[in-house]
Amino acid sequence: MDHKLTYLLRQGDNALILSQQLSKLCGKGPALEEDMALTNVALDLLGQTRMWLGYAAELEGRGRDEDDMAFLRDAVDLRCCLLVEQPNGNYADTMMRQFYFDTWHYFLMQGLLTSTDRRIADIAEKSIKEVTYHLRRSGDLVVRLGDGTAESHAKIQAAANALWMYSGEAFLYDAADLAMVGQGVAPPSETLRAAFLEHVAEIFAEATLTMPDPAAWMQRGGKQGRHSEHLGFILAEMQFLQRAYPGAEW
Amino acid sequence: MDSAQVWSWLGEVADPEIPVISIVDLGIVRDVAFDGGACVVTITPTYSGCPAMQVIAESVTEALHARGVSDVRLVNQLSPAWTTDWMSETGKAALQGYGIAPPRQQAIDISGLRGGVKRGALVVPEVACPNCGSVHTQLTSQFGSTPCKALYKCLECREPFDYFKCH
Repeated sequence: MDHKLTYLLRQGDNALILSQQLSKLCGKGPALEEDMALTNVALDLLGQTRMWLGYAAELEGRGRDEDDMAFLRDAVDLRCCLLVEQPNGNYADTMMRQFYFDTWHYFLMQGLLTSTDRRIADIAEKSIKEVTYHLRRSGDLVVRLGDGTAESHAKIQAAANALWMYSGEAFLYDAADLAMVGQGVAPPSETLRAAFLEHVAEIFAEATLTMPDPAAWMQRGGKQGRHSEHLGFILAEMQFLQRAYPGAEW
Repeated sequence: MDSAQVWSWLGEVADPEIPVISIVDLGIVRDVAFDGGACVVTITPTYSGCPAMQVIAESVTEALHARGVSDVRLVNQLSPAWTTDWMSETGKAALQGYGIAPPRQQAIDISGLRGGVKRGALVVPEVACPNCGSVHTQLTSQFGSTPCKALYKCLECREPFDYFKCH
């Protein structure tokens, strides 16, 4: 597959799957304000998905559009990181997954602002305002839960530890990522990872949380289409309608 | 027909979510140009997931068709990204009258976590209650019924209200 197409699918699929995961919490948030915040973040990510997958579909040139890309590709064809497929769990799990994602996402969008691909730079410019908002919010919640009660502290620390092994995949560059770096399309992994670790450390210190070991072994495979069991269930729910009633519209 | 005429027609197209404000006053229309026989209208989304954009595109086409402009082409432009700084004073006054507190300050570059907008050091604007005018108000939620609004409550008249966030 074309390296740029792979790169675009990775961005689009990350936003798509995390959006779907957050949407599942609609009407189930722990408080009304949290419920609305989660679905607003999901909506932002869905909008970003359309921009990425729309570009990917055009580049692919097979007459598909962003809806086809979202609803008619199987798990092996998706290129999202394993992090976004992890279950919503308890609220600490949901927010820690979000915080790791938002931190990486924020620094990536910042790096993509100067992409040599004008369309990617435009998408990043549009997205970063929203992503900044997401990161401020998830960072705030990590601090509130970490520096909250003994129970909230224990839960968010457990989430931080359990999800840590999924936090590094985005920084493990393969041939497609490296080709994009070589063309000036994408920022290098080293600068992104350094910024990520610095911000996580800063927030964890404020949240009285213990930072997991940055040198720990990291899970990998999602970016190449080798997913966890969770993704199949996510797609089964998300794609059901288009699979059962092809071409159905509102 | 010239572009000023088209701009004035578009000034009558209402935002589908907040019908008291026009899409021109909201700052969504970025350019009007002519390409051969086609009228090319450039619009920009407020938020990337804003579900109103589709309706807005249809409204623009409909409004121009109704005025005899048969060949309408819409261009969706992402950069420069939309900001509440593009909202007109007329638009802000209309929001206020509708019960939505308009954006209070010039939107700072919110895309930074460091350098003046560090987490926690964010300046919270003084938001006046659109019902009684009191600035004795409190933020209830950063997110409201649409991505562009936050929820506030007035501590004087006790009414809850929407605040159109700076973006």
